[in-house]
Amino acid sequence: MFQASELNLRNKRTESLYRTLFLVMTLLLILPVLLIMGTLIMKGASAISWEFLFGYPKDGMTAGGIFPALVGTIWLVSVALLVSVPLGVAAAIYLNEYAGENWFTRIINLAIINLAGVPSIVHALFGVGAFVIFFGFGTSILAASLTLAIMTLPVVIVSTRESLRAVPMAFREACWNMGATRWQTIRRVVLPNAVPGILTGVILEVSRTTGETAPIMFTGAAFFLPFLPESVFDQTMALSLHLFVVSTQVPNVPDNLPYGVALVLIGMVLLMNSLSIALRMYLRGKKKW
Amino acid sequence: MAGSGKAVNAESAVDFDRRNMDWYVDKAIQAIVFVGGISTIIFVIGIFVFITREGLTFVFDTLDIKEFLTSEYWDPSDEDAPEYGILALIAGTASVTGLAMVVAIPFSLGAAVFIGEFATGKTREFLKVLVELLAAIPSVVWGFIGLSIMNPLIIEWFNVPVGLTVLNAGIILGLMAAPIMTSIAEDALKAVPDRYREAAEAMGATRWQVIYKVILPAAKNGLLGAVLLGVGRAFGETMAVLMATGHSVNIPTSVFDSVRALTATIAAELGETAVGSDHYGALFTIGIFLFLITFIINLLADLVVRGVRKG
Repeated sequence: MFQASELNLRNKRTESLYRTLFLVMTLLLILPVLLIMGTLIMKGASAISWEFLFGYPKDGMTAGGIFPALVGTIWLVSVALLVSVPLGVAAAIYLNEYAGENWFTRIINLAIINLAGVPSIVHALFGVGAFVIFFGFGTSILAASLTLAIMTLPVVIVSTRESLRAVPMAFREACWNMGATRWQTIRRVVLPNAVPGILTGVILEVSRTTGETAPIMFTGAAFFLPFLPESVFDQTMALSLHLFVVSTQVPNVPDNLPYGVALVLIGMVLLMNSLSIALRMYLRGKKKW
Repeated sequence: MAGSGKAVNAESAVDFDRRNMDWYVDKAIQAIVFVGGISTIIFVIGIFVFITREGLTFVFDTLDIKEFLTSEYWDPSDEDAPEYGILALIAGTASVTGLAMVVAIPFSLGAAVFIGEFATGKTREFLKVLVELLAAIPSVVWGFIGLSIMNPLIIEWFNVPVGLTVLNAGIILGLMAAPIMTSIAEDALKAVPDRYREAAEAMGATRWQVIYKVILPAAKNGLLGAVLLGVGRAFGETMAVLMATGHSVNIPTSVFDSVRALTATIAAELGETAVGSDHYGALFTIGIFLFLITFIINLLADLVVRGVRKG
């Protein structure tokens, strides 16, 4: 009675054929990258040591460590966050809590898409034209961080807006019905529920900012500096630019040194992204509504 | 009379005026977050204004727009007769972006269909996380991979003298753009309402029939948007193409030619030019060109994706 017909069987065969085909495509996308990562780890692991992480470059950058570059990256990212997080969160609050659906909101959304889509080297040109020359910051951490902040602003805006959006409308309506103003509602009800989500966005932002190279090349990052920056008006080394420099600009670099730098950089970035994903999953599990 | 009625209303409105401190705080905050919102517009305009400002003297004094776009000679450091033609650079960018899309489009759309429609439960979560992590790898690391891992492999496999070529950069850029395209394409598939799937399944359609006949047509615009954003990303990529293309001005005739991209030219030469010189202005003019092209690509992607939501 429930004997599968010829048609059922044929459908089943096509079905598994397509399933396998698409699985293979997915694996072809992922496997090469995993192989590459494996190679990076194999060749770079031998370079990493205590001295590598906390030492200064030596012998024309062909030996020694990456400490100034690590510290410089922390400077650049911190100053960029000071600008992009408040600005991005404000923009997201405006878009999700205040703005209506009109042409103006649409233009803001288009601007966000464009900030994210403009090539990084164009952001670098903007940084040179605006911060280095026009505002007179010179090549400094300040100019580089501002450039980075503007470039990565969409990351904060988009993730903050997502977490604000995830707070149910009923929470707001209940609060408004008690006579609270919009801001009281946002401060007491919406933000407390959205803060963890915003945090995942901020971690993503840190990761993005850490990896960017082109925007800082001409605005504040230097090829080599024998000392650490002391204020935002100093130049600094940066990990991402250091990888470019040791792999293309410096002769006679031992083979494993650039691999080591790449491994540290990618390790930092992936660690932060994993942290952000883990936090997001934990929050999703905890959600009460 | 209509006029007096209005006046009465206004008077009673004054009686009910509840503008206390909280009301003013609310308005003040609204103004502050509005500044945040409008800052994005200011920045986009600012980018255009400042790169144009630096490129302007060159555009008006030196630039021959026809030569700029149609000459294949880029030799701005020649003191007697500098040449500013970006045709070869456009060809370099176009060839690398084109190859990257040949690599990335089928695999990313295929992966999106598998993750979004075939995979379930833990497998799906795992693949999504993996794709998200792949998308996070910085471009300078990709450039380094092209330089140190792909380069010797290409020389060995294809028996060619140089491995820093269109092929190398195209593969690198394809691998780089694919995870982002996969995520966006998967979002587009997810945006197709479940009732479409349920209706088709209720008619006895198999999974593949549902995907092919129902979901792909319904998600068409979103997928196109994903492809366009991938093109924009590959087009504007800087560090990876700087390190993997070989960086020689050349109109490629095969994938084994070295080329130079528009973005990479700026990155390589800006450090050596004097502020305000013709060469400096020419690089900013390339910047204006890049800005306008990506602006158009992003606008198109936005219009295409928005088309879905209305339909």
